[in-house]
Amino acid sequence: MSDVYVVGVDMIKFGRFPDRTVPQIGAESALLALDDAGLKIQDMQALYCGNLGQANAMVGQRILQEIGQTGVAVVNCANACATGATAFREAWMSIKAGVYDCVLAVGVEQMGKGLLGGAGGGAGIPKEGLLGSGTMPAVFAEAGMEHARHYGTTFEQFAKVSVKNHHHSTLNPKAMYQIETPLETVMNAEMISYPNTKLMCSVNVDGSAAAVLVSEKKAKELGMQRAVRIKASVLASDPFTDRDLVMPDVNAVTRIAAKQAYEMAGLGADDVDLVELHDCFATAEILHYENLGLCADGEAGRMIDDGEVALGGRVPVNVSGGLLSKGHPLGATGIANIYEVCTHLRGEAGGRQVEGARIGMTHVIGLGSACGIHILEKVA
Amino acid sequence: MANDTDETAVDGPLPVVPFLKGADGQDPYLEGHECGGCGAIFLGERTTCSNCGAMDQMVAKRLSNHGKLYSYSIVFRSFPGIEVPYISAIVDLEGGGTLKGNLIDIEPDPANLSFDMPVEVVFADALGRKDRDGNSYLSYFFKPAA
Repeated sequence: MSDVYVVGVDMIKFGRFPDRTVPQIGAESALLALDDAGLKIQDMQALYCGNLGQANAMVGQRILQEIGQTGVAVVNCANACATGATAFREAWMSIKAGVYDCVLAVGVEQMGKGLLGGAGGGAGIPKEGLLGSGTMPAVFAEAGMEHARHYGTTFEQFAKVSVKNHHHSTLNPKAMYQIETPLETVMNAEMISYPNTKLMCSVNVDGSAAAVLVSEKKAKELGMQRAVRIKASVLASDPFTDRDLVMPDVNAVTRIAAKQAYEMAGLGADDVDLVELHDCFATAEILHYENLGLCADGEAGRMIDDGEVALGGRVPVNVSGGLLSKGHPLGATGIANIYEVCTHLRGEAGGRQVEGARIGMTHVIGLGSACGIHILEKVA
Repeated sequence: MANDTDETAVDGPLPVVPFLKGADGQDPYLEGHECGGCGAIFLGERTTCSNCGAMDQMVAKRLSNHGKLYSYSIVFRSFPGIEVPYISAIVDLEGGGTLKGNLIDIEPDPANLSFDMPVEVVFADALGRKDRDGNSYLSYFFKPAA
């Protein structure tokens, strides 16, 4: 089977674009990624489109109606916050299978403001605030407090994640925000769901990201200079765990995916030079240092205290600013973090460049649950 | 003059979730379903176990009203009309089963909460919430156990 390469990848600056349509927002990053590859939409043999908010509305086809109706296969994907990674992985699989040589993956989302989630829909009466909370800040707070239960992780340690990622975003012109948030600012921000304050919740933004994936044959034809090799592409769903019915287990699903990804890549966590992981809430990031094997179980609090996950540290995490400050347009996130890692592997990340980066990892979680992990390798 | 609400409302409260049994009587309780194959406990009726795949081996089991606080969050921002702050608690019940619910009768402050603190399941009206037909509901809550 051919290796698969990313030869073009880009994202738009995340923001709020209420006057634009979802296909327009998606089309913009599609054109940027095609430009990056030096290719045209007529060169694409298929489009894999990730979008959640209009999952029943043929977003992929409508993107082609904006930039070129070439008649190719279009697949629309929805997989909660793993939507973008799922679209990317479908594109990867189509080349692995030998069906195509050159395909486009686009992730796009237009978000409202405000809380996501909510306990119990259906018949009867609203359950939110009656049978606990199903809002996302609360669900991920409970997951963080489980870590606190096991290892004594503190509110301050969770808050430091947000300080770090907001700092990183000051170096990323495509992030929604470029604002330093000192520890006291994070901890004293409005408490949403203890221990997550408002600055420890990801930002609801509009955005899109896209990638051109090609076979080895096509990559050689185009030139390998800026190509990035996909060493692993994994998607896992949540295994049964005792509390999963009432407390989505983002740990077990990530551990399954991480194990498979390292095996597929023939690499270990020590080989990874940078990670973009799913910091939908500050509490979540802490869990994933351990879930991805970046440190031993129980070491995550120490990792954030010691700066090992900051730019310049042993394994920088979310140098893009992460979902906490770059923003989290649900369907776009899984490709935007691939853009970030590829940009470092190409040595084009400017002030936030992770020096000498050769191997990078991306991770997303869609609650419910799906975990998508990609391991990417510098070629030239 | 009777209105629509009165005509469709039923006698006694309805259960807030299907696994709350006996809502209209003197002895409400929570019912789990335990897999005869692997012992996994589910909330609500089902035929197949999502842990081991065993079919038609589910046995109804009355869940304990005693448990321990496993994890929690204190919710300060919720949807419009929902009173905050409140404690969203994850509780492991004695003998198996895990539930999420509001932990009441305690100030919502992390200083008051400790992991594994004993709690008890209590049943009470669902904070005055009624459905569109005017039915009232019986809910479950957790409160600190003595």
